[in-house]
Amino acid sequence: MSKMHVKLTVNGKEVEGLAEPRTLLIHFLREDLKITGPHIGCETSHCGACTVDIDGKSVKSCTTFVAQVNGADITTVEGLTNDDGSLGVLQEMFREHHGLQCGFCTPGMITRAHRLLQENPNPTEEEIRFGMAGNLCRCTGYQNIVKAISASADMLNAQKEAAE
Amino acid sequence: MNDQTLTPEERAANLKGMGCARKRVEDVRFTQGKGNYVDDIKLDGMLFGDFVRSPYAHARVVSVNKEAALAVPGVVAVLTAEDLAPLGLHWMPTLAGDKQMVLADGKVLFQGQEVAYVVAEDRYIAADAVELVEVEYEELPVITDPFEALKSDVVLREDLEGQTEGAHGPRKHHNHIFTWEQGDKDATEAVLAEADVVAEEMVYYHRTHPCPLETCGCVASMDKVTGKLTLYGTFQAPHAIRTVVSLISGLAEHNIRVISPDIGGGFGNKVGAYAGYVCSVVASIVTGKPVKWVEDRMENLMSTAFARDYWMQGKIAATKDGKITGLWCHTTADHGGFDACADPTKFPAGFMNICTGSYDIPTAYLAVDGVYTNKAPGGVAYRCSFRVTEAAYFIERMIEVLAIKLNMDAAELRRINFIKADQFPYQSALGWEYDSGDYHTAWDKALKAVDYDGLRAEQAQRVEDFKAGKTRKLLGIGLTHFTEIVGAGPVKNCDILGLGMFDSCEIRIHPTGSAIARLGTISQGQGHATTFAQIIASEIGLPADDITLEEGDTDTAPYGLGTYGSRSTPVAGAATAMAARKIRAKAQMIAAYLLEVHDDDVEWDVDRFAVKGAPERFKTMKEIAFAAYNQAIPGLEPGLEAVSYYDPPNMTYPFGAYICVMEIDVDTGEWEVRKFYALDDCGTRINPMIIDGQVHGGVTEALAIAMGQEIAYDEMGNVKTGTLMDFFLPTAWETPNYITDYTVTPSPHHPIGAKGVGESPNVGGVPCFSNAVHDAFRPFGLVQSHMPHDHWRIWKIANGLGMHG
Repeated sequence: MSKMHVKLTVNGKEVEGLAEPRTLLIHFLREDLKITGPHIGCETSHCGACTVDIDGKSVKSCTTFVAQVNGADITTVEGLTNDDGSLGVLQEMFREHHGLQCGFCTPGMITRAHRLLQENPNPTEEEIRFGMAGNLCRCTGYQNIVKAISASADMLNAQKEAAE
Repeated sequence: MNDQTLTPEERAANLKGMGCARKRVEDVRFTQGKGNYVDDIKLDGMLFGDFVRSPYAHARVVSVNKEAALAVPGVVAVLTAEDLAPLGLHWMPTLAGDKQMVLADGKVLFQGQEVAYVVAEDRYIAADAVELVEVEYEELPVITDPFEALKSDVVLREDLEGQTEGAHGPRKHHNHIFTWEQGDKDATEAVLAEADVVAEEMVYYHRTHPCPLETCGCVASMDKVTGKLTLYGTFQAPHAIRTVVSLISGLAEHNIRVISPDIGGGFGNKVGAYAGYVCSVVASIVTGKPVKWVEDRMENLMSTAFARDYWMQGKIAATKDGKITGLWCHTTADHGGFDACADPTKFPAGFMNICTGSYDIPTAYLAVDGVYTNKAPGGVAYRCSFRVTEAAYFIERMIEVLAIKLNMDAAELRRINFIKADQFPYQSALGWEYDSGDYHTAWDKALKAVDYDGLRAEQAQRVEDFKAGKTRKLLGIGLTHFTEIVGAGPVKNCDILGLGMFDSCEIRIHPTGSAIARLGTISQGQGHATTFAQIIASEIGLPADDITLEEGDTDTAPYGLGTYGSRSTPVAGAATAMAARKIRAKAQMIAAYLLEVHDDDVEWDVDRFAVKGAPERFKTMKEIAFAAYNQAIPGLEPGLEAVSYYDPPNMTYPFGAYICVMEIDVDTGEWEVRKFYALDDCGTRINPMIIDGQVHGGVTEALAIAMGQEIAYDEMGNVKTGTLMDFFLPTAWETPNYITDYTVTPSPHHPIGAKGVGESPNVGGVPCFSNAVHDAFRPFGLVQSHMPHDHWRIWKIANGLGMHG
């Protein structure tokens, strides 16, 4: 099958490659770019393990063709680690509040939570639960994920306040 | 820091040992997307495998034409049963003493069964080629009902025709697998005949699926130069897989290295051996290249191991004041097309004979009949020890049914029948010796915590309001007191494929006082790297942060039977403590030598040996470790390491008291969990943070199972719930917050008194949610209704009780 040229910005770096028109974004990220944080859990958009951030929106990369997002700015969980290699706020709070167990849903969870907190920096518990309902977890029962996101919001707001 | 300035408590705290809510070491990788799951593994020249699967539940395979598929550029091979037959690999043994087709050998027995295996250069080409394999089928009559199967003339397993003896005794019919009996039938029937009261009910625990977020998969890599096969995969029991691969492939076991990398949840789904593993190994041997196979979600739900599907007919006898005198159960177990249950060999229905539960029932009888149908094989312990969820659901429903018959409060009925604390160790009528428990204390604590009497008063008011037309919502109070049986198990009666169910730990102390430990188990999210290091820290006084823990590589880890059935802490956790104690015993001799006193004149003090009566004269474990490597100590070998293979003397018996408060809308069938209180007693608590996490997750899986999750078939044997659109996994939106609590009744036979916890919340949670639904409708006449209690089925209950006017 003929291939097309694709150019993306992923985690702040410009990347390019060749892909078939039918190549899914999740496979392009995982197989071509070796970015294996986003996972494949269902291939039907239900579980959210493949969630990435595309141009400021949470997107399920298992049902998106890479051709559809040519030129886009993409962030995966790998891009949420601090520049010095330390854990970002959400990553740290997921660890602090035991918001993960097997870790398979975690990259999608954290990437979605990152966007949720941009959309709503002060979410209530209900808003977190609603905003995270596109991401499934089989291990944690969500209670500690909700706690981790709530704590992240507090910490990010405190950091913002201190910076102002 | 001068060690002498710290109190023993401060020194203990620095170790982050048992009892500490230590943060998980795994999370630094996982939160950054740096886990290493099977689909993350990439090897040079790797090929991809994909299956052609049967669209029919029962059919003859007339022909398979590979030509069009093989003509696709990039397709390397298409394997069928004919190709595997010369190797003897077209069938494989199951864990239950049966055998199973690897690829369809003349017929298929369930929808989604593997028919051909396509190997191609990438996964897209493989998927294209799967579509081009032409299979001609001839449909056969389909049986999806186990009761019908036992009456039908249709022979499902033609390969077994004429065999009247199965792996577990006589077969009564061509679709019958085994009968398993426990307890005293005659005595139980006599008790039932003479009882004041007998309650009888059919309790169905529907078919469901563990559905871990990561599906099953593997990468097989045969190195033709060294003759060594490396098999990476989602294996909950990597060592057992190595032995099985060796036995069925003929490869010498030392030439097989099995590696379980990070596993994205297991819940029992990843215990068994699947066709994908066998085909990938064969394909790698044939092509000389690594071959990856990762199933998709539909394949996972349709073809890999299901759970439950038990029809449990029950009778429970009692005196008129509620003292239970006998329990009778006959279970019809739907095993699907092959008996691939994952149970210890001598237990074809697992530990279903724990079905007397938390109650002192003097006489009991259990019979289980296993049956073939046109459904997927399996019968795994989905987040439970073998068939314990079924047993707990059965007894906890029967108690409720009896309470209705006696017109008694179900909490009080439980209380008067609990095994008393002074009866432990308790010998059950169905053959188990419960190690320890204090059920009354747990029960009273739970009832008090939720203000049980207040809830009952509120419920009574709600019923009045409903009858007066003031509300359309009912209040259900779900009760459960469960007893688990985990930690399989003693080698004298527990084995899988002849492999005794011991487990193991090897610890090596490095000269500078840090350590590495390796176990025969494998974490799938339980946090072993965190908790097992805590056990070692407490036992030998080195900080948990200085102890690396490894599992899952059969070339480096000691042999063990893996992680399922909540066995890691009861068995491998015990091995860990025992190995650590061997190290401490040697350390004591080294310390005595260094301190120039007799071995018996030093005593252990948190992280050091000190001279008795002279605590200022001591050698820390760190100093001892260095000495073990740099001093010639008379009578002792250099180095400091130990290995323990632990054969548990008994199972452990965790228990718990769960209470659920549920609001139910009579007109829509919608439910909302207002409160869920979970008290768990798992004996000694290693890491309370991880225990709470396990309980949250396990209760959520119970919520799913009780309230909507099922593998449903239509009469043609089509799977109706093959995607996450139809198969219910709760989101954060439906899932409530949980209140967790605990009591501590250590196991008397476990070295650190721990019992295991991962599966208790699923075992206790399912009856608790189901009982809440039943309890809401009890004032209106409901006795029994089958799970899952989705909105439609709840609406049907209300409608059937005439509540819609």
